[in-house]
Amino acid sequence: MNAIQFDATQFGAMLPMGVLSATIVAVMLGIAVRRCHRVTAALSMLGAALALVCALPIWLGGTGPVVVTPLLTIDPQAGFYMLLVLAAVLGVLALCPAYFAGYAGDREEIYLLILLGGLGGLTLAGASHAATLFIGIELLSLPMVAGVAYAIHDRRALEGGVKYLALSAGASATLLFGLALIYAGIGRLDLGALAAALAGAGADTPLVLMGGAMLIAGLAFKLSLAPFHQWTPDVYEAAPAPVAASLATVVKVGVFAVVLRLLHAGGGTAAAPFVNVLVVLALASILIGSVLALRQDNLKRLLAYSSITHFGFLLIILVAPGAGTSAVAAIYLLTYVVTALGVFGAIALASSPAGARDRELLGDYRGLFQQRPWVVAALTLMLVSLAGIPVTAGFIGKFSVLVLGVAAGQWLLVGGLLVGSAIGLFYYLRVIGALYAAPPSGSPAPVATGATVAVRWSAGAVMVLLAVLLTLAIGVYPEPLLQLLRP
Amino acid sequence: MVLVWLILIPLLGALLAWLGGRWSSACAQGIALVAMLASLALSLWLWRNGDYSLTGAGFTASLGVLPQWAFEFRADWIQSLGISFHLGLDGLSLLMVVLTNLLGAVAVCCGTRDAGTRPGLFYFNLLWNLGSVIGVFLALDMFLFFFCWEMMLVPMYFLIARWGQDAPGGRRREAAALKFAVYTQSSGLLLLLAILALVFFHQQATGVLSFDYHDLLNTPLRRDVAWLVMLGFWIAFAVKMPVVPLHTWLADAHCCAPAAGSVDLAGLLLKTGAYGLLRFGIPYFPEVAHELAPVAMWLGVLGVVYGAVLAFAQTDLKRLVAYSGISHMGFVLIGLYAGTEQALQGVVVQMIAHGLSAAALFMLCGEIQARLQTRELGAMGGLWATMPALPPLLLFFALASLGLPGLGNFVGEFLILLGTFSVAPLVTVVAALGLVLAVAYALIMVQKTLHGAPHRVGTLAALDTPTLGLIAVLGLLLVGLGLYPQPVIDLARPSVQAVQHLYAAGGAAGAGVAADAALDTEAVTTGAPQ
Repeated sequence: MNAIQFDATQFGAMLPMGVLSATIVAVMLGIAVRRCHRVTAALSMLGAALALVCALPIWLGGTGPVVVTPLLTIDPQAGFYMLLVLAAVLGVLALCPAYFAGYAGDREEIYLLILLGGLGGLTLAGASHAATLFIGIELLSLPMVAGVAYAIHDRRALEGGVKYLALSAGASATLLFGLALIYAGIGRLDLGALAAALAGAGADTPLVLMGGAMLIAGLAFKLSLAPFHQWTPDVYEAAPAPVAASLATVVKVGVFAVVLRLLHAGGGTAAAPFVNVLVVLALASILIGSVLALRQDNLKRLLAYSSITHFGFLLIILVAPGAGTSAVAAIYLLTYVVTALGVFGAIALASSPAGARDRELLGDYRGLFQQRPWVVAALTLMLVSLAGIPVTAGFIGKFSVLVLGVAAGQWLLVGGLLVGSAIGLFYYLRVIGALYAAPPSGSPAPVATGATVAVRWSAGAVMVLLAVLLTLAIGVYPEPLLQLLRP
Repeated sequence: MVLVWLILIPLLGALLAWLGGRWSSACAQGIALVAMLASLALSLWLWRNGDYSLTGAGFTASLGVLPQWAFEFRADWIQSLGISFHLGLDGLSLLMVVLTNLLGAVAVCCGTRDAGTRPGLFYFNLLWNLGSVIGVFLALDMFLFFFCWEMMLVPMYFLIARWGQDAPGGRRREAAALKFAVYTQSSGLLLLLAILALVFFHQQATGVLSFDYHDLLNTPLRRDVAWLVMLGFWIAFAVKMPVVPLHTWLADAHCCAPAAGSVDLAGLLLKTGAYGLLRFGIPYFPEVAHELAPVAMWLGVLGVVYGAVLAFAQTDLKRLVAYSGISHMGFVLIGLYAGTEQALQGVVVQMIAHGLSAAALFMLCGEIQARLQTRELGAMGGLWATMPALPPLLLFFALASLGLPGLGNFVGEFLILLGTFSVAPLVTVVAALGLVLAVAYALIMVQKTLHGAPHRVGTLAALDTPTLGLIAVLGLLLVGLGLYPQPVIDLARPSVQAVQHLYAAGGAAGAGVAADAALDTEAVTTGAPQ
């Protein structure tokens, strides 16, 4: 083979990844030369923002797919998921300065980890080969292991990190084995061929069936779909709020981008056995996620279950054929990312500067409204959006998926969505009720003092404000967005 | 455009009141009141300047003619999904909007005592809710309708959970609010699903993706599908009304809600359910509605009797009034499914009359509670001796509630029973017995609160003048409605006739299909006469 040659279009398509990689190197060198929290934060955000700008033309350009080596294909869909990943990375980064301001250990490496995870997300968005898929997934997960265990001296963080590491490695191994089996069956490793094999699998291709099942299991672990979800609440609870936000947004968007390419290539669905598996996964995620969230008193665990439920909803897209479905996936993921960033942002703001433990128990939030009305107002709106009630972006996302489900005649999943939403309202409102309740009498927490804490402007506050505005804007007038995402 | 302002004024008022709350409670209340009065003035102006004779003439959808509206507004909203911002006003909507604005202003005035430490937010929630209710009464696009329908939910949850009171007997207000929200939301999701199914089947039949009321009328549906879709609508509306097996949220919500919330809840939210049936539930599915009619009417009778019996058995004043509401809404349900013009006229009058009388009763409950610090009937008694002004008013509205001739509720119930008799005599007879039970619960309320020996010595504070004025206004309107209901009946006639025509046509078509069924079991039922 010849040496790989780049022309201008290919270079443009690679630019976001290039910029982000350069940022990572710069941040790493910066830390090595001299530790400075502010400079590191600013440099990381600048780099991510620059990469975001570079990704815009890929999405909006509307040109056909640009093949950059057999490993990467950058098309507008990849451009969109790159944008989404980068926006999520930027949002997560914005939370860090205020959150880690009071952190006793080294504060700079967290930026590096989050950026590395983002690079993994970008790789997955453009992946067109099993090798890139695997590299992307590992690049996405491994930094998160370190991120979860960032407060390394805290037993809980360490435990969460180890748990995530061990289970994640197991899932990656399953995924790899699945890829190997399919390779044994069809002798090819590019995603197009894999997707075609998965779409045409049947009793005559046992290797593909087997491999596909293992592949789905591995991916389902990363998306924390039931019954591969057990790690999620523990890890979310152990992780610092920004890392949890990253797990809920960057990781899931990146993985879902590649899932769409594998199981939903060109608007088709996978073969019937896989579709049945996906239906079961979706129903199990919706029901288990929402039922386990019901009596949950820890907000971060509750959000973990909520994300399980949300990705259960999202699976409806994979079993509904049709060209319009990827647009619906894009809408749903966008509204989900905005909302999840807002929710974790509000939690991070309420916990900043971080002490030994995030403010995460419902009891910690009782009566917080008296003390931090703006943060609580934002948190309320985001929870309402997660519940999918009109005037918020969450409703538009849920509505789009529901329209799709009804049109595809997936009544079972549509029913599951309705049940999940109804239960969802119950636990979201429990949290909201606690936020506005009278503070517990005689509590030692500063909450009881009742003094309003002034809003301190930080990057995180700006991010949450943006999320709030975007949530309302999408909720009230989604038409421009729908037009943009239309294939 | 004027219709948009009807919705926008309360919503903008809500935002301004929130800001106003930073300065003082009175400022927030003032802003809220001005907004509701402006909206009321606007709706009265619409009453004067509109031609409300249109709907009936054009709304014979069975002939394929679209409804006409006195005022209509349509703007693009989400074109890619066939959703537009479509509002329409006819006599029925107008009556409901006027009632909303009137009771909204009353509720704002009630807020003085309840608004507490965050007055701005209190009025924000109240007005946001009222704006959404107006939206529900005006929406002609199913997406917009659902949007407003759900928008009512969260503010009401907050009004109960944040500004309500824990009821005696260990009922916490957060739990009551949650119960309300979960009931409403889960039925709302069914409504959403039914709307989507209707839209989807309409798209299959015509190739047009549209959420518009005009387009969706006359959607051809297979009979079994029509049943399922209609049940989605029906359950959502039945929860709001509430119809008896689905009513359990109501009393809890009422007894934990602040007075303003109760006025809003009883006066307006319950009416959205009945309005929904009248505007959508029956016209979309006239034939299956006919088949449901016997069940619905008997559920109505059950509501009348059961509500009255439970009201009689209550020891908490507010729960008593809440259960009496279930009884009254039972009549509305009977009238709706009797479907004759008289019965439907009665439904409209009954909704307005119950809105007025329930609002006044809940205000009086609030006043009594503020003075006695209890709502337990056992701890009352003798108010007639210890309190000026309030007892005669309470007696007046209790009499209104039991259906005394000369007051609005009598006209409503009489018309409903009269209109139902020709369709379902047995239902009418049993429902009329409910009137006797109404006498029992209304009088026991009067007896236990006003008569007997006073529990404490010394006179209680009199009603303040604004409250007295408000209650007097409600009372006068009730008398007016009782003695001269003609303007209301005239205003609602075209809309009511339209529904009645559709419903009657549906009944005829349904009967035809039943006859054909022997020949063709796969009969596709459409709204068009064959």
